[in-house]
Amino acid sequence: MNAFRAIVFAAVVAGLATGLAVTVIQQFGTVPLILKAEVYEKAAEHHGAAAPAIPSGSMTTVGHGHGEAGAAHEHAAEAWEPRDGLERNAYTAGANVLTAIGFALMLAALFAFRGGGAGATVSWHDGLVWGLAGFVVFTLAPSLGLPPELPGVPAAPLLSRQIWWVMAAAATAAGLGLIFLRATAPAAIAGLILLMLPHVIGAPELTSVETNVPSSLAHQFVVAVALTSLVFWSLLGALTSIAYAYFDQSSAAVAPARPSGA
Amino acid sequence: MAQSHTAQLPAIGSDVSRLAQCALALALGLFIVGVVGFSHIDVVHNAAHDVRHSNAFPCH
Repeated sequence: MNAFRAIVFAAVVAGLATGLAVTVIQQFGTVPLILKAEVYEKAAEHHGAAAPAIPSGSMTTVGHGHGEAGAAHEHAAEAWEPRDGLERNAYTAGANVLTAIGFALMLAALFAFRGGGAGATVSWHDGLVWGLAGFVVFTLAPSLGLPPELPGVPAAPLLSRQIWWVMAAAATAAGLGLIFLRATAPAAIAGLILLMLPHVIGAPELTSVETNVPSSLAHQFVVAVALTSLVFWSLLGALTSIAYAYFDQSSAAVAPARPSGA
Repeated sequence: MAQSHTAQLPAIGSDVSRLAQCALALALGLFIVGVVGFSHIDVVHNAAHDVRHSNAFPCH
């Protein structure tokens, strides 16, 4: 399990570093916007889901006054959720690290697969390019149909959006793979069709969206998500390739000589 | 895949084993991202809430 061990070690190291770095960045970018939007979300819940307008005075009372008590009602049943502040951010950090490790496992698996048994290593620059491909596959393409959304903005049923999201990411990955890894005209054409397909089908949408979350906030959020994600993927791609090259070499050095010539 | 050396000794360098390990790592990565980003379990959703929004995963 040589390759697997190198992949996992590299993914854990790169994922930990990237996840923690992105957690810090999110505190300045996306998280403040999420918290602002939740004030509107909770206000709307307290006034009944369809309440069109909130008197600006009551917004702050709901935000501060009911604070923790109100939070428990956010998701249907009384499911556990982390308390605002340190606990919530700690879980965010943990989830960021896990997400980064998950994506790093995929990247390192691709590096190992493409390196083959020859021991060819990926450079940090290859890693960066693969990371940017991850940005296109997992952020850019799905966000075209399903823009990053703030809490309190109604959207189509969750499962249908998740299915479309996964399909968009898979089609984009396959499309880019065909274009970049197979340099033939038919593959390029098929790749382009795959890139377009999810958007031709179209993401699930609500016919009308009514929300109290200001559109300026929603727009800032889209930009913040795109920038954070760009940093996430560049960092993850470069770090995973460096870490994988390191663990791949060290595991080759420790292991008994490969039986290739025997 | 069809390398000429079919050494029965440790299968460390064999391409098939390598492919299987890569596939396993890929599946593990997909599983982790799937649980953190897509699970419908309320507790998982609440813990990873801000991350789901920040990563533009479908949420709520």
